[in-house]
Amino acid sequence: MSLLTVSGSPHFHADSSVRKIMYGVLISLIPATLVSFYYFGLGAIIVTLTAVVSCLIFEFLIQKYMIKGPITIWDGSAIITGVLLAFNVPSNLPLWMVVVGSFVAIGMGKMTFGGLGKNPFNPALVGRVFMLISFPVEMTTWPKPEPLTTQIADVVTGPTALAFASFSPESIPSYQDMFIGNMAGSLGEISALALILGGIYMLVKRIITWHIPVSFIASVFVFTGIVWLVDPSANMDPVFHIITGGIMLGAIYMATDMVTSPMAPKGMLIFGVGCGVLTVVIRLWGAYPEGVSFAILIMNAFVPLIDRGFKPKRFGEEVKNG
Amino acid sequence: MKTFRIGGVHPPENKLSEKQAIEVLPLPEVATIPLSQHLGVPAVPVVKKGDSVKTGQLIAKGEAFISANIHSSVTGTVTKIDDVVDTSGYRKKAIIIKVEEDQWEEGIDTSDNIIKECNLSPEEIVEKVNEKGIVGMGGATFPSHVKLQVPKGKKADFLLINGVECEPCLTSDHRLMLEKAEQMMVGISIQMRALRVEEAIIGIENNKPDAIKHLRKLAENYKGVSVEPLKIKYPQGAEKQLIKALVNREVPSGKLPIEVGCVVHNVGTSLAVYEAVQKNKPLIDRVVTVTGKDLKKPSNFMVRIGTPALQLIDAAGGLPPNTGKVVNGGPMMGKALNDLESPIAKGTSGIIVFSDDESERVPMQNCIRCAKCISVCPMGLEPFFLGLISDKQRYEECEGNHIMDCMECGSCQYVCPSGRPLLDQVRIGKLNVGKMIRERG
Amino acid sequence: MNEVVLYSVLSIGGLGTLAAIILYFVAQRFKVIEDPRIDLVEEKLPAANCGGCGYAGCRNFAEGIVKSGSLDGFSCPPGGSDMMKDIAEVMGLEAEEKDPMIAVVRCSGSKQEAPPKTRFQGLNTCAFAHSLYAGQSGCPYGCLGEGDCVVSCSFDAMYMDENTNLPVIIDDKCVACGACVKACPRSIIEIRKKGKKDRRIFVSCINKEKGGIAKKSCKVACIGCSKCLKECKFEAIVVENNLAYIDFDKCTLCRKCVPVCPTNAIQEVNFPPKKNRKKEEEKSTEN
Repeated sequence: MSLLTVSGSPHFHADSSVRKIMYGVLISLIPATLVSFYYFGLGAIIVTLTAVVSCLIFEFLIQKYMIKGPITIWDGSAIITGVLLAFNVPSNLPLWMVVVGSFVAIGMGKMTFGGLGKNPFNPALVGRVFMLISFPVEMTTWPKPEPLTTQIADVVTGPTALAFASFSPESIPSYQDMFIGNMAGSLGEISALALILGGIYMLVKRIITWHIPVSFIASVFVFTGIVWLVDPSANMDPVFHIITGGIMLGAIYMATDMVTSPMAPKGMLIFGVGCGVLTVVIRLWGAYPEGVSFAILIMNAFVPLIDRGFKPKRFGEEVKNG
Repeated sequence: MKTFRIGGVHPPENKLSEKQAIEVLPLPEVATIPLSQHLGVPAVPVVKKGDSVKTGQLIAKGEAFISANIHSSVTGTVTKIDDVVDTSGYRKKAIIIKVEEDQWEEGIDTSDNIIKECNLSPEEIVEKVNEKGIVGMGGATFPSHVKLQVPKGKKADFLLINGVECEPCLTSDHRLMLEKAEQMMVGISIQMRALRVEEAIIGIENNKPDAIKHLRKLAENYKGVSVEPLKIKYPQGAEKQLIKALVNREVPSGKLPIEVGCVVHNVGTSLAVYEAVQKNKPLIDRVVTVTGKDLKKPSNFMVRIGTPALQLIDAAGGLPPNTGKVVNGGPMMGKALNDLESPIAKGTSGIIVFSDDESERVPMQNCIRCAKCISVCPMGLEPFFLGLISDKQRYEECEGNHIMDCMECGSCQYVCPSGRPLLDQVRIGKLNVGKMIRERG
Repeated sequence: MNEVVLYSVLSIGGLGTLAAIILYFVAQRFKVIEDPRIDLVEEKLPAANCGGCGYAGCRNFAEGIVKSGSLDGFSCPPGGSDMMKDIAEVMGLEAEEKDPMIAVVRCSGSKQEAPPKTRFQGLNTCAFAHSLYAGQSGCPYGCLGEGDCVVSCSFDAMYMDENTNLPVIIDDKCVACGACVKACPRSIIEIRKKGKKDRRIFVSCINKEKGGIAKKSCKVACIGCSKCLKECKFEAIVVENNLAYIDFDKCTLCRKCVPVCPTNAIQEVNFPPKKNRKKEEEKSTEN
């Protein structure tokens, strides 16, 4: 018999691990990935693979040669960053830009702070915003969806629905198309339906809680609703706003990233509302047609403050007897 | 179904010995009776080396207010009063008795007759409970006579009986509720009498439907006693959580249950009170669950206090060769044994044998801020944060974040996907904050 | 255009002047007059802020000296007596010569001498291990080997020896600040006199249990047999609670106590290896 182990209680551990959570998120990403493969064809597959593989390689290189610590590339977090980064770019983006984006996401967004769990900003969004600012033309030229295409270069491009809204509202696709994903846009953001499916999976598996997505989407809906009621002729209705652009992707996957969101339920609600309001402000009055990434990054910066200010309700704090 | 509101987890129940009737374990060859088996001041020995003692004889007296008497659990000769390795490996004083043939102290009724009538006054009951050294049998081992006296200016509305047994693996309370229910009911009515309360509620988790049914039927004959099934959730057996679940009252932070008019006793304590008051029998034995995945015969034993743990494991089929850890108590709050010879005490509810791979902790990773620890903390604390600041020795901040509310249920560490030793860190914080508070006076 | 420049120069300049005047009066009103000697003393200090002096930092220490106006009770372990002389000069006082001190680990319960009987898992700090259990060897006084002392050392003067699982103090780097003494939950480390030519003799055990029990968990435990007490002619050894202690002020480093110890609990450091070799030879012939 080996020596008896002595340790503090508890002596049980739940069947949970970082890896399980991360692969759970990956499973929930499958529907949205399939939709993007369907509408953007080979280009989408190549961009996604490039992003994932380069994220893994950069994480490996940094852990092996710069940090010289344990290699944890298979915990799934780098894969998620890769997939989410790919979700945020058009399918015809030159591959070297994807690689640069991955490097920024993993290198600057995550590893500089100490790796998984220490990064204040969502790595995929850091990479995305870096690319958006560095390569504005390529990042905002979206191919039109064409089911199962194998063409990569010279695809027919077209503006997103949000861009349409600002110059020619009559060519906006139907809501049904937009909901399913038949519209121009970044890889992963097009299909609200697939994203919601993934979100429900994560809710059931208790990877995320409802607070952030619901408060995010609801605050976008309410805010744009007010603007729309004030002047229906100049503004789009709230339903349009929540099913276009990156709202669904942002609310379900980006804002709920555990590492960069608040931990107490109340804080999560504040965070979601903040993201929603900032998104709408940027969309309606900012220079960019889309503001989800900026809104989430800005709110990420507030997380430590929110965590400090909104503690969970303690047992025995307020006494209500009866 | 009723339960408490904030936090909680549901670990796998693993109640392997659920169906095993209580067996009486043979007497040990040597009984080691620790002088500190209860919360509070250790008892002072009243026997000396060479004395012969009878079963049930007083051998150490609890002289302080929060202390308890200790009685000999066997008949034999005191060979020495010496330091003995306790559960944690530190040496504590104990009385060691060489066991001879069992001979009970006079006046103790060892028959099986159930005496239902009790006409003692509350003061007499408390005196009897004090004299017979009854302590809380759930694991906290708080002297029961203290809990049976309502402080001046306070009033008890409810007596809550804890039959929850929310710890996985353990089945001793469950078996007691099935096999000694009648006696327990009398014990409950005696406790009600002592506290002058009209209503007693027995809380039982829903994974013990047979116990609920059995006790409900019996409760019909006892006025004011009712049985309440509860949703299965750990740590429902914790005093504050049980009160919240049963009568929806919240004990304020840092206060005792009597503050909200409740007194909580374990089912085992009720039985012990019955035996002390009606049968004159001191607390010298208890039911201990011996279980483990690789154990041949997980069982429930009626064991004399002072029996070495190894004897119980042997009776349950012997120590499996792949044993990695042996835990005294439940798997969530129990203590890992340093030495298998350490004796069963008044608060030992179970001996759990873990295999090598079960006793291995998950490798530690960075906190990924998943907030699972916050969502399961039954006290509404932020374990990850407390762990962090305790690690950085910022103890004032720990106090400000209510680290002392933590009852060490271990839910946070149980769910942590990064395998972080949250409770270990919080314990260090609590230790230092406690020191700080004491120094302040 | 000129007007714009003029107005901005005037308004910004005016604002600046106004702020300067306000600041001047505020500074006058809240002026703190400090003894200039505080800065002078602080300059001499090592600026390690180790806390070895008992003050929160070097600045506080300097303030303390200047305030009290004497050097009684003030000592800066890292600076040593040379530095105290400098400070005395600044203060216009006489510095008394103090013996150099060093931290000493009073436990020899290595993996070999005190074999582990259990395996520890959990938070790897001595503080936690101490609160959880007696220790792997079963000795409730012995070193837990998790290295809280090493973490606390701000002079890189300690490391954990992987073979023995005990901390080792590097003589040249240790400044006897006492941080490790505070960090050790079992008070194993003691600040002792560095000794002539860095030679020291000390009892490397603090186990107060009875001999037999102590011996059970560790082969090199002090069993309180008092043999050393009888050997010592200078009354430097006390045996209390089954434990011998050598007073470093009285010890003359004669080494008589070392060979009589039946458990080799008394350790000598930096002595010429003559006697040691003899002893080893004896051992090897025995084996």
